[in-house]
Amino acid sequence: MSMIRYYLRRYFSSFMFILCAFSVVIALIPLFLIFYHTVSLGISAVNVDFFTKLPKPVGESGGGLANAIIGTLILVGIGSCISLPIGIFAGIFLSEYGNNFVGQIVRFLTDVLSGIPSIVAGVVAYTLIVIPMKHFSAYAGGVALGILMIPTVTRTTEEMLKLVPTSLREAALALGISRWKMTLRIVLRTALPGVVTGILLSIARAAGETAPLLFTALNNRFWHTSLNQPIASLTVFIYNYGVSPFEEWVQQAWGGALVLIVMILLVNIGMRTITLNRMKGNQ
Amino acid sequence: MIAEEYVPQIKIDSELISMKKDISVHESKIIASDVSAWFGNVQAIKNISMEIPEHSVVAIIGPSGCGKSTFLRTINRMHETIPKARVSGKILLDGKDVYEMDAVLVRRRIGMVFQKPNPFPTMSVFDNVAAGLRMNGVHSKKNIEEIVEQSLRQAALWNEVKDSLSKSGMSLSGGQQQRLCIARALAVNPEVLLMDEPASALDPISTAKIEELIYELKKNYTIVIVTHNMQQAARVSDFTAFLYMGELIEYDATRTIFTNPNKKETEEYITGRFG
Amino acid sequence: MERHFQKELETLKTLLIKMGSMVEENFSSGMKSVENRDEELAMSVITTDKRVDALEIEIDNTILDLLALQQPVARDLRLIIAAQKINNDLERISDHAVNIAQSALNLEKFEQVELFPEIIEMAKLTRTMLKDALDGFILLDAVLANNVLVADDTIDEMNRAVTRRVIQLVKENPSCIEAALEFIRISRNVERVADLSTNIAEEIIFLTKARIVKHHGTEMPDADKESPAR
Repeated sequence: MSMIRYYLRRYFSSFMFILCAFSVVIALIPLFLIFYHTVSLGISAVNVDFFTKLPKPVGESGGGLANAIIGTLILVGIGSCISLPIGIFAGIFLSEYGNNFVGQIVRFLTDVLSGIPSIVAGVVAYTLIVIPMKHFSAYAGGVALGILMIPTVTRTTEEMLKLVPTSLREAALALGISRWKMTLRIVLRTALPGVVTGILLSIARAAGETAPLLFTALNNRFWHTSLNQPIASLTVFIYNYGVSPFEEWVQQAWGGALVLIVMILLVNIGMRTITLNRMKGNQ
Repeated sequence: MIAEEYVPQIKIDSELISMKKDISVHESKIIASDVSAWFGNVQAIKNISMEIPEHSVVAIIGPSGCGKSTFLRTINRMHETIPKARVSGKILLDGKDVYEMDAVLVRRRIGMVFQKPNPFPTMSVFDNVAAGLRMNGVHSKKNIEEIVEQSLRQAALWNEVKDSLSKSGMSLSGGQQQRLCIARALAVNPEVLLMDEPASALDPISTAKIEELIYELKKNYTIVIVTHNMQQAARVSDFTAFLYMGELIEYDATRTIFTNPNKKETEEYITGRFG
Repeated sequence: MERHFQKELETLKTLLIKMGSMVEENFSSGMKSVENRDEELAMSVITTDKRVDALEIEIDNTILDLLALQQPVARDLRLIIAAQKINNDLERISDHAVNIAQSALNLEKFEQVELFPEIIEMAKLTRTMLKDALDGFILLDAVLANNVLVADDTIDEMNRAVTRRVIQLVKENPSCIEAALEFIRISRNVERVADLSTNIAEEIIFLTKARIVKHHGTEMPDADKESPAR
């Protein structure tokens, strides 16, 4: 009698295991498909020109998307300049001084902000910057990205700072170190690897955004001459070229996609390396 | 209320007197006057008054939760860093009330060592000891090096770490980490050192080292130590205060407390008949 | 690791040694004051005894402190317990020295009666015993201590000899009875000093071998042999 139960248990156990493994495989399929397609379709378009030349006009072959790559970097850069100070200080505020009603409100608003669709952020930037300035610009695009980055940086900073044990704060205070110095130079420094991880995370997200850039930074087939002008970006480039009727352009779009994925992959690897180094350092 | 030391009835050869434990009749370094402290609405200590003489070691003993650590933390104004915490009464340091001084300056004159060693994890041994100095404005490299060496020597740690000053503070053993924290506290040159159960997380040999250290340190500092280990209080201190349920029950010379205490509760606690 | 507690133990030993030599000195002064009928010396023995008493209290307090505050164990504990007993023994030896000095004062009137050589011999042997006991403490030498235990039997013999001699003296010369009684008193006090020296020797054996040797000769079985794990 118990033998039957025993075998039933065993087979059920194996069945669940196989189910889980199978689900994992299915979940990974899209990832591999993406990689496979991107690499196979895009690799042919990637060459040195890709990184150095401007896009060629319709009909001509060759050219690259140097301006798009630089553009993405600039837009993310502007977004970081806005979001990092705001996010880090907001995170510090929430962690060190935020155990009260005001802190709860700020946290709630941050969560709301992190949930808004990226296109809404684009609309906001359009209304606030593009319309008064009467033209599209890199600034507007940077602002849109910044809005999207702030919640991630804030929440990560807050969580990482909270992980620093109170005993460290007390040790610093007991030495006669003032509170803000203690927060910045001891607590933040201890939490730094985690905070950097959060920053890289938000950068990776921002680099991949398309919708908000569509009507803030617009696009630019040439080099931008100032940040007050529209600027190219990888994502918009991919969008434009991908749906075009020209085969060469489509191929270049795939190339762009490949470059974008590789960039984000490098950022992720960077994150992992920092975390690993930190764990080694603590031993 | 500083206890009177035993004086023999008949004068004997002066060299024979050297045996007496050196209870000082120094001036009071710290005078606590009617100190009470609250966590929100809960009162943790009630009207504690005592005088702590300079260059002496005062031990505070009592059962768990009696308010020993709370009282200690009112001395260097660490109690108020806890949200909703409140203190009343006066703590006079050399005659001036610490609650009327800048808290940061108070904490530079009154240092603290905690129960669990807490060196800064991102810093090396050297940087740990120098941390207080650097953040208080000392930047001269030579100065810092001298002070770090001196502090590590005072904490009886120099010989063990002098060749590995750049190693992470966390790479030391528990006992060494605690002595590192002591060196760090000494580096800012406090006048008083508060120790909150400094050896309770350590093994017996490290504990013995720390006790010897306290004995040496009292020549230059005034030390207040909270301990739940009565025998440690007996070995190490000149005066002992017994706290129970937030109140000061008895405060006297250590030898009196441990040979013939005045209050029944004190004797019951010391002989283990409590509860 | 040198602990300050060890320094305090050393100081305790030093105090005891100082007391020991004071008492040794006092005992021989006491005997000398009888032999030479020296009134001044006898008085000084009595004053010295007051210092010895004060020192005993001092050492008592020190030992109380060490026990209460330092929780000594093993050889430290044995040292302190031995010190306590030796302290008391030494104080009583000094008291007996005072009694002997008293006798010297009482014998003032009886200049003509010579002190029995037997008593002088006894005192000499006792003095050696006391010295050996104290040296044994300083050097922690159980052999010296053992010599003291052995000599105690001789002292008892000598005491009995003195009593016989006194009885003979009184029979021959009844007017000497007061002096004779003093002689018995002196002899008894010397015998007590020898006894106390023996006590000290027993303490030393306890200290060095952790064995209790009471009422000399009857050694208790070794503690190790009694352990359950056999």
